[in-house]
Amino acid sequence: MNERLTGLKAIFKRELKGYFSSPLGYIFIVIFLVASGWLTVSRDFGRFLELRQASLDPFFTYVPWLFVVLVPAVAMRLWAEERKTGTVELLFTLPVTLEASYLGKFLAGWSFLAFSLFLTWPLIWQVARLGDPDWGVLFTGYLGCVLLAGSYLAIGMLFSAITKNQVVAFILGTTVTVIFLLVGLPQSLEFVGNYFGGYAEQVLLSLSLADHFETLTRGLVELGSIVFFLAFTAGWLVCGMLALDRAKAS
Amino acid sequence: MEEMTQELETETQSEAAPEAEAPVESPDAETPRGEALVEVSDLFKHYGPIKAVDGITMTVRRGEILGFMGPNGAGKTTAMRIITGFLDADRGSVKVCGHDMATHSLDARRRIGYLPENAPAYGEMTVTGFLEFIAEARGVTDVDAAIRRVVGLAELQKVQHQTIETLSKGFKRRVGLAQALIHDPEVLILDEPTDGLDPNQKAVVQDLIAGLSKEKCIILSTHILDEVEKVCNRAVIISQGQILVDSTPKELIRQAPGHNVVRVLVKGDPSELSSKIQAAEWCDFIEVADHEITVYPKFGESRLAEILELADGTVLESIEQQEGRLDELFRRVTQGVSR
Repeated sequence: MNERLTGLKAIFKRELKGYFSSPLGYIFIVIFLVASGWLTVSRDFGRFLELRQASLDPFFTYVPWLFVVLVPAVAMRLWAEERKTGTVELLFTLPVTLEASYLGKFLAGWSFLAFSLFLTWPLIWQVARLGDPDWGVLFTGYLGCVLLAGSYLAIGMLFSAITKNQVVAFILGTTVTVIFLLVGLPQSLEFVGNYFGGYAEQVLLSLSLADHFETLTRGLVELGSIVFFLAFTAGWLVCGMLALDRAKAS
Repeated sequence: MEEMTQELETETQSEAAPEAEAPVESPDAETPRGEALVEVSDLFKHYGPIKAVDGITMTVRRGEILGFMGPNGAGKTTAMRIITGFLDADRGSVKVCGHDMATHSLDARRRIGYLPENAPAYGEMTVTGFLEFIAEARGVTDVDAAIRRVVGLAELQKVQHQTIETLSKGFKRRVGLAQALIHDPEVLILDEPTDGLDPNQKAVVQDLIAGLSKEKCIILSTHILDEVEKVCNRAVIISQGQILVDSTPKELIRQAPGHNVVRVLVKGDPSELSSKIQAAEWCDFIEVADHEITVYPKFGESRLAEILELADGTVLESIEQQEGRLDELFRRVTQGVSR
């Protein structure tokens, strides 16, 4: 293994176990499943049962907004807790690089979120019962959810790295995530287009998490959107590592 | 007092200077002089205008247990954090077993076992789970054997399946020591390992440290001076980021104020005996109060036998020779700097 990634496996294993050895992981899963299920089938929101379509569009509509609250809640403790309890000193005096620690935590958190999404399989089962779903759309929809969760997690981790206070990390993480969701709304695009011109509007649209997510939920495997999510996540991870390197001892 | 600081500083400098070129003879016959395992050279670390570490240079050799002493805020923890690679120095270098911390950090860190201040650990993990994580992160090949070894060494058998957050402070410290020893490192760095423990817990941890292999070098930060006397064979006092004293605990005790001072309680008039003692060439000065004579020999040398000889024919109620007090020396040296 590349020496820069020495220790990644140990960190990943510890973190992933951590989600299931404390109530936090279970609470997250329960809240996510109940909330996503309710939003999907509720007559006031997703109207999944009323629509009687073999599609999970109602689910994919609300997942980005559910994740806005839930993913920063997962991310907030990742570094803030280490710094508050002093274990960050222990961690960074092990023969483990900052990159390995950071990626190990990120991959564990991302795996946990992917596992939570996997637990929504009863919805897929229900869709299959209702009719003949487009499995490609379902696949790209879930792929979009996983990529979106990774992006949110990377944002949240940066704010967890720069503060010891988990509440502050949560608020900052949620705020920035919401901003990257809202920039794709027609109102935002129109506002920016009016003031800064069409080019700025295009730039803003290209940065919209909601827009790229929607592309995937429509069943389009656009390489551009996948690359965007990966690059967006990688960018936040790199910024987070740089921020943590500066903040770890403060 | 200033003279004493200067005297000790001179001794430090005279030791430190030749170290860069050739091994220095031990100031104490009991101090082992193995190969250099930690080499700290001209280390500086500032936090804004505050000089946390201000030009520290020292070499710690195999077999040495170095007590790193200093008042709160003296720069002990910062220095240790730089030595362990947690912090980068503004200037200077640290080599651990020949590996430069700046350029070969992972190699250097592999050779260090570190117990940070307050022994931080993941409270939700069991003792065994925590040790397993540290062993895996350190790339230990036989994890189970390593865990068995350190659990035995730190006497953690009773609590090894408990979560760390449920342990007493003493056990938490022993878990911290166990993780620092899991890979059998050559260099052990312990930041205040007994701070906040009760006397029984302190004794257990101190015995554990003292009993560690002589094949290691141990740097132990503390402001418990008895601990240095009991556990260490070298003592460094720092204040305001600078090394003020680098010697052995025995040597420090010898140089401490009040070392070999003799208190004589005379039955009857003490004037005859006090005159005789005062006339002796080895006597620096004496204090007489009622029936008690306090004798301060020159150079802190032991003159008990001479005093007993001079007291022949005088009826004594008691005679007592005292040892130098490390805490007094510590106070004088460190307060001297702050003034």
